[in-house]
Amino acid sequence: MIPEPYASIINAIIYLLLAPVAGGLIAGIDRKVTARMQGRVGPPLLQPFYDVGKFFEKENLVVTTTQNFYALSYLVFMAVAGALFFSGGDMLLVIFAFTLSHIFLVLGAYAAFSPYSHIGAERELIQIIAYEPMIIITAVGMYMVTKSFYVGSIVQSTTPIILYLPGVFIGYLIVLTIKLRKSPFDLSTSHHAHQEIVKGVTTDFAGPNLGRIEIAHWYEYVFLLGVVYLFFAWNPLIAIAAIIIAYFLEILVDNTTSRVKWQMTLRSAWLVAGTLGVINLGVLYYLRMVVVP
Amino acid sequence: MTYLAKSPWIIHYDASSCNGCDIEVLAALTPVYDVERFGIVNTGNPKHADVFLVTGSVNDKNREILKNTYDQMADPKVVVAIGICAASGGIFRECYNVMGGIDKVIPVDVFVPGCAARPEAIIDGVVKALGILEAKRQAMNDRPAAAAKPAGDSV
Amino acid sequence: MQIVQLLLFLILFPLISAIFLLFAGKSFDSSWIVKISALGIGVVSLYLLAAGFDKGLITYACSSGPVDLVMIIIELVIAVYLLYLGIRHRKYSAVILVLVQAALILWFEATYGHKIELSFNLFFDQLSIIMALIIGIIGSLICVYSLGYMETYHQHHPEIADRRRMFFFLLFVFLSAMFGLVFSNNLVWILFFWEITTFCSFVLIGYSQTEEATNNAFLALSMNLLGGVAFAAALIYIATMDPSGRLLELNTLIYSGYVFAIIPAVLICFAGLTKAAQLPFSSWLTGAMVAPTPVSALLHSSTMVKAGVYIILRFAPVLMGTTEGLMIALVGGITFLLTSCMAISQSNAKRVLAYSTIGNLGLIVACAGVGTYNLMWVAILLMIFHAVAKSLLFLCVGTVENRIGSRDIEDMGGLIERMPKLAVMMFIGMAGMFLAPFGMIISKWAAIEAFTAAPFGLVFIVILAFGGSASLFFWCKWMGKILSVMRHQENVETGIRPEKWAVLYILTGLVVIVALIFPLISSALIEPFVMQIYGETTRLAQANITIMLLMLGLLIIMPFSMLFTRKAPRIAPPYMGGMSTEGGMKYTGSMGVSHDLVLSNYYLKNYFGEERLFMAGTLVCWGLILIAFIMIAGVIL
Repeated sequence: MIPEPYASIINAIIYLLLAPVAGGLIAGIDRKVTARMQGRVGPPLLQPFYDVGKFFEKENLVVTTTQNFYALSYLVFMAVAGALFFSGGDMLLVIFAFTLSHIFLVLGAYAAFSPYSHIGAERELIQIIAYEPMIIITAVGMYMVTKSFYVGSIVQSTTPIILYLPGVFIGYLIVLTIKLRKSPFDLSTSHHAHQEIVKGVTTDFAGPNLGRIEIAHWYEYVFLLGVVYLFFAWNPLIAIAAIIIAYFLEILVDNTTSRVKWQMTLRSAWLVAGTLGVINLGVLYYLRMVVVP
Repeated sequence: MTYLAKSPWIIHYDASSCNGCDIEVLAALTPVYDVERFGIVNTGNPKHADVFLVTGSVNDKNREILKNTYDQMADPKVVVAIGICAASGGIFRECYNVMGGIDKVIPVDVFVPGCAARPEAIIDGVVKALGILEAKRQAMNDRPAAAAKPAGDSV
Repeated sequence: MQIVQLLLFLILFPLISAIFLLFAGKSFDSSWIVKISALGIGVVSLYLLAAGFDKGLITYACSSGPVDLVMIIIELVIAVYLLYLGIRHRKYSAVILVLVQAALILWFEATYGHKIELSFNLFFDQLSIIMALIIGIIGSLICVYSLGYMETYHQHHPEIADRRRMFFFLLFVFLSAMFGLVFSNNLVWILFFWEITTFCSFVLIGYSQTEEATNNAFLALSMNLLGGVAFAAALIYIATMDPSGRLLELNTLIYSGYVFAIIPAVLICFAGLTKAAQLPFSSWLTGAMVAPTPVSALLHSSTMVKAGVYIILRFAPVLMGTTEGLMIALVGGITFLLTSCMAISQSNAKRVLAYSTIGNLGLIVACAGVGTYNLMWVAILLMIFHAVAKSLLFLCVGTVENRIGSRDIEDMGGLIERMPKLAVMMFIGMAGMFLAPFGMIISKWAAIEAFTAAPFGLVFIVILAFGGSASLFFWCKWMGKILSVMRHQENVETGIRPEKWAVLYILTGLVVIVALIFPLISSALIEPFVMQIYGETTRLAQANITIMLLMLGLLIIMPFSMLFTRKAPRIAPPYMGGMSTEGGMKYTGSMGVSHDLVLSNYYLKNYFGEERLFMAGTLVCWGLILIAFIMIAGVIL
């Protein structure tokens, strides 16, 4: 069932306008909580907005002008992917648009032809191939429960999806760590003060371009947490609680683990997708197709 | 105050310091002082940084590195020379390879004296630099092409 | 004009051109024959589309007596020639296979062949139109491109004997055989054309006559002959079971019921697997990359290997829901997964393209093997998108190789500066292979949705999820390589002949146009075809198509954002720990020595190394094929 066209367009517009605000706040809370976990006071809640504001006050410094295009495309397609998601679009299409936007980030890093950006780009690619199977399995799992790939229908489903997809949910949380660029999987670049080989994929972006990338990250946060919501969509209150707990767990993991090598990242993400995800879907498939045809 | 002053990101370069000032700089960035309260983040990348902290004196070997790193910072930017060596070459001034303070190579905005400079003085110096940073931003907006002159302030 | 005349024209016209090319004297400029014939073939293929897209399945009577005789003679001549070559080069496995196949065909003709008079030898439906368009348009474009390529090729390789006349002769014979293959309803004819394509491929792979080329040519020959033997066995089985020969007609055979049709189906699909270079046989296709690049583009990516999947697609209704079909589908699926991973470890551009071709053919085989109606739709779509994008990529690589003298991806760094137009074309071609909202990703998406409804679809979804991400890695790192802006490079995009540019522009345009008009292709050609076979059909939801088109539009206008920057940005060299010099193309190391900056991609050989994955894949796929054979043995008994 495709939801009302008007409602979905309004949802998309609300997302486009509010997601940066929400995403920035999430980033602010993240930094505050992280600081408290480390026994510090931490920056103001609105610090991410100050940072991005500053980026736009600075000079546009590039290695090659094509970086402007790649950074902007990253932002635009990230926003498109999120808007598709919140307008109730097809999950798989959302995932492909999401991947497309990351490809632009990677190409932007490659374009700079610099050693640090290059390593960041290669690692970002490894991260993409590490998490993507799990994300697709998540979408297919939701389809198997709700019989729809449309976010609009999944969100209206009265079935408690989480009860059917516990393995997929845990798998999703693990790849979420990669996506949120948190330890132990923050190989290509890290979301705050952490450094790895300078700044990985964002090394040669400066000023406004860096600001665009940061805003794209905010869009991304909201979209990723929106997927968490879907697991609990039958009850919005529980869903919001689940998002808060999930995010808190991510921060906890971030602050209590050290970075692993790319081999470990790839292996663990594929292992999780291949075991938790596939076994969960297999059981579901068996129940749906064989036991209760 | 604009966003710039609320989010000064720092890059720290050890020109040829004896490491005394470096330890103090890093001390200022530790959780004890928790400069992230003021939005200060220690980056390792000049392209992301607004404030350039330099310790130690300039010699023939690191002159280009210093210049290169400075050139790769996006405007507006400020340079804080930390310790007496960065200001004038300090006790190494007479060495055959030392050129002197870092202002021989790049324009310095704030000098923080001391051997070694105290963390409080360093933080004070950075705060002072923020005012200059703001002035530079306004100057940049008024005259986009012209480079802001070094202020040469001292704590 | 009647459609049957068009079909005969498309089969015979390239043959006539080929003969002209073979006998054209040195005084006559043969490039005009190539260009005019290519134009003729392209225009008639388009006319066939206009005339026949709404006709549905039509069969044509066409007297077969003398034609059969000619075919037998040609087959025997080829067999004798192959025997001669095989003995001369001491390739005894090929010799044995040639003998076995010749014996099977002779026996078939002696026992049944002369008695059988089929009424409908030619046929034609939307799938034939699609194949004809791929052959007619892409094939003829590649022929035109070859003119310039081969000239430069011989300039660069003076040690290789100039056998261009034979080269173009074989290209056109090949086109003729491909048309024959897709228009034949008579399985005996299909086998004949099948063998002709094998032969053309064999000779063209060995074009350079080096030891490597000869070995690889014989490898390709042996593996394809293995398929040919299975094909011939299928014919004998059909003729034995049904001496009237009615079931030798493809359109009758596929509706003759599981018990009868499954045995020839599996045998012929096995032939299809060898031709499409699926896993136990993939080595012939990667080896075939020694051939001149237009050959790789034409035979080994966009047309001949498609014949393999074409025939499996024809048998998809028979395979649907059977265990044998599932085994074939699994061979395809595992091939897709493993070759996508293997491509990560390759730095030779043509090998990467070869592995990606094998992988995508595997995906088509997987769809056809499961064989439900929506997977059939996906498979045809995949075939179209793949043919267009991959031929463009091969030709781009060929052009780059002509200019820079290397086909290694590591040497393609900064192509955007050195050969900007070609780099953009390659970007579009690669985008066509793996990025939304271009072709292949549409098909992969539709495949995932279709597999959710298919039996054991979950296995294939998992394969798609992992294999799809792996293919993203190798495409994207290659893309990054050509788009990295290496400063102060010289533009070397000169001296490329105008007809090469024309072909490249047309193919680039096709990649974009096909992505734009695929809903039209679907509703005009694919849906009626699927409808006619299964009685139901599928398509993408209208809303999704709109979104895809909007995304495509956005992607096309995004580059123009670069024109609207308020202020020119300041250019600074990349960050290299403070010691970058010469605009970041060099850095100063210890002792003040200046080094060039060299960046190399990851190949992850320990994880995605060729040998290990190939071994595993070969074992598993042989196992699956054996199971399929055991199952049909069970049906016979």
